[in-house]
Amino acid sequence: MTSPLSTAPRLRRRRALAGWAYAAPTAVIVAVLFIAPLVLVVIMSLHKWPLLGQARPNFPANYTKIPDDPLFLDSVLFTLKYTVIVTILLSAVALGLALLVQDRRPGVGFFRTAFFLPGAVGFAAAALLFYGLLNNDFGPFGFLGVNWIGSPNMALTSTILLVLWRFAGFNMLILLTGLQAIPVEVYEAARADGANRWQIFTRITLPLLRPTLALMLILSITGSLLAFDQFFIFTNGGPDNSTVSMVMVVYRNAFFRFDLGGAAALSVVLLVVLVALNAVQMRILRGATTK
Amino acid sequence: MLRRLPALAAAALLATSMAACGSAAPEESAPGGTAAAGPTTITMWTRAATQAQSERLVEAYNKSHTNQVKLTVIPTDNYQPRIAAAAGAKQLPDVFAADVIFVPNYTSQGLFADISDRVAALPFKDSLAPSHMRLGTYEGRQYTLPHTLDLSVWFWNKDLYEKAGLDPEKGPATLKEFAEQATTVQEKLGADGKVHGTFFGGNCGGCYVFTFWPSVWAAGGTVMNAEGTESTVASSPMTDVFSIYRSLYDNGVTGPTTKEEQGPTWTGFFPKGEIGVMPMPSTTLGSMPADMKIGVAPIAGPDGGESTFVGGDSVGISATSQNVDAAWEFLAWTVSDEAQVEIMAKNKDVVARTDLADNKYSAEDPRVVLINSLVGKGQTPYALKFGETYNDPQGPWLRFAREALFGDVAKLPELNETLNQSLTQ
Repeated sequence: MTSPLSTAPRLRRRRALAGWAYAAPTAVIVAVLFIAPLVLVVIMSLHKWPLLGQARPNFPANYTKIPDDPLFLDSVLFTLKYTVIVTILLSAVALGLALLVQDRRPGVGFFRTAFFLPGAVGFAAAALLFYGLLNNDFGPFGFLGVNWIGSPNMALTSTILLVLWRFAGFNMLILLTGLQAIPVEVYEAARADGANRWQIFTRITLPLLRPTLALMLILSITGSLLAFDQFFIFTNGGPDNSTVSMVMVVYRNAFFRFDLGGAAALSVVLLVVLVALNAVQMRILRGATTK
Repeated sequence: MLRRLPALAAAALLATSMAACGSAAPEESAPGGTAAAGPTTITMWTRAATQAQSERLVEAYNKSHTNQVKLTVIPTDNYQPRIAAAAGAKQLPDVFAADVIFVPNYTSQGLFADISDRVAALPFKDSLAPSHMRLGTYEGRQYTLPHTLDLSVWFWNKDLYEKAGLDPEKGPATLKEFAEQATTVQEKLGADGKVHGTFFGGNCGGCYVFTFWPSVWAAGGTVMNAEGTESTVASSPMTDVFSIYRSLYDNGVTGPTTKEEQGPTWTGFFPKGEIGVMPMPSTTLGSMPADMKIGVAPIAGPDGGESTFVGGDSVGISATSQNVDAAWEFLAWTVSDEAQVEIMAKNKDVVARTDLADNKYSAEDPRVVLINSLVGKGQTPYALKFGETYNDPQGPWLRFAREALFGDVAKLPELNETLNQSLTQ
């Protein structure tokens, strides 16, 4: 211990050092698993990138050829359509389930578990499960005579069923935490004022649930725009390319056509759009919550 | 002192995590490194479609050699992406087999090591399966050996033929007879929905190529030009072949899931005794139920002729392998007399060498003799962009074929242009 004058800066330095040390493990992981691949993708998108051998710069060819790919343009429209349908249905079903199981009642634990359980199945495994269940040759629902993935509309409907089954429980859990954070006193006060159930739902539950709904929406929209597993495994993009999502086109370009540069360019475009979309969403929803 | 504790703890944590990272690296690189002393273990990948053949070869090799082969089987549909991902990461196995049809693309991408000189030293080099060798040649250099030969042929179920009142010993000699016999089976036995006249992979580009194209070749037609840059499928005889299959579908002679079949299960219905007659891969003959009476006929055109799609796998040493000598020792053994006769021919597989087509096992089964005889009559189309054009479910060929069978035939000339684009881009 020397003079008190010199301890202050030393302490500050030491604290700064400690802060860096605390952050370092996460920073290393983020750098290695996120920043480095991101930079690599951007670099790849500026080159003709072969599987083996030397890459050659070809900017902006990988970007300018994007509008020439009809499969990608179709996939953008399809992915948007899918995102809108899934997000609306998923929010409705998840909210319904959350409202059903929000009160502590005998047996409610069983239903909460049952609703959440599909979320514990890996998504790829779930897609394969549905592929088996809805297969007309050996699936248990074959006797219904419904051609589950035979037509474009049925394929989309079946996929949405799969996604609802797999994700409704998880989204229910998110909404449940929001519902339980609403103080009981508010409901009691409303009831004392003579509000009916519908009024309580629209005037109290929904507004107070808004931040949680916002989180769910962001997760659902981002997840739906990046849809891959369900279409890759369950419908294989078919029938007749009617269920090809944007990420499937990226995958096809990289791993079937070996056009790594072109696939990287598509990824970069997708990333920019997603970041922009999330920024807009955040702003709208944050504005809504502070009102 | 207390204030310093968090910093120390954090530093310690950092140190351990870095140590953990550090220790992982050498462990991973050890198996890939060259083992100078002692036997070498080489890694090999193959696709599930020809798993049985690869497993038999590897098992027999491992029993009789000090060097060992570690085989990994990858689902057929994922094989191409797995190869691409591994190549990009320079993690290819020492040896990998590939659908012969993809080989020109792989060699043009530089995935295989040049083995021209080693192949030239083989005493039987001139009798290696010619179509496989042609597709394994790129710019005059040799990159692959034939691994398995898988020919498309018509299988018919003799028991069902007998029940349907057909001559069980007389299979179809033309595509029209094929359609008639399938229709008879459907009409006589299909009432309860358990038996169907025929079947094909209606949502599977590779299946169409493998089972429909031989009918075109048998009729003297083509599907593309020799360079693999121009498609000729929007005209006769391809359109005739499509229309025969289309009427089979329209008349309910094909199994109920024909239109949706994506490929993984298309060969699964025949062995269950549900199908009267259908095109099948010759490699499945050895694994058919022992008590099932199966007739084999060459695929014919609408009015006769015979041809086959000479498919299967070629095998090569990856360009990044560190064990080229050990890898070659294995590859050369797989095409030796011993491996070809005692392993391939013994299990009713087509041998990869024309000089061994007549061997002690093939003589036991006239069907095998027939299949062996087709190697010289069949074709293997050459195109650099084959996979993305014909096999990829999002490629233009599947769209084309489905339009021809289930959709609007008037769109075919226009769709043929998308095939041309895909072949030349």
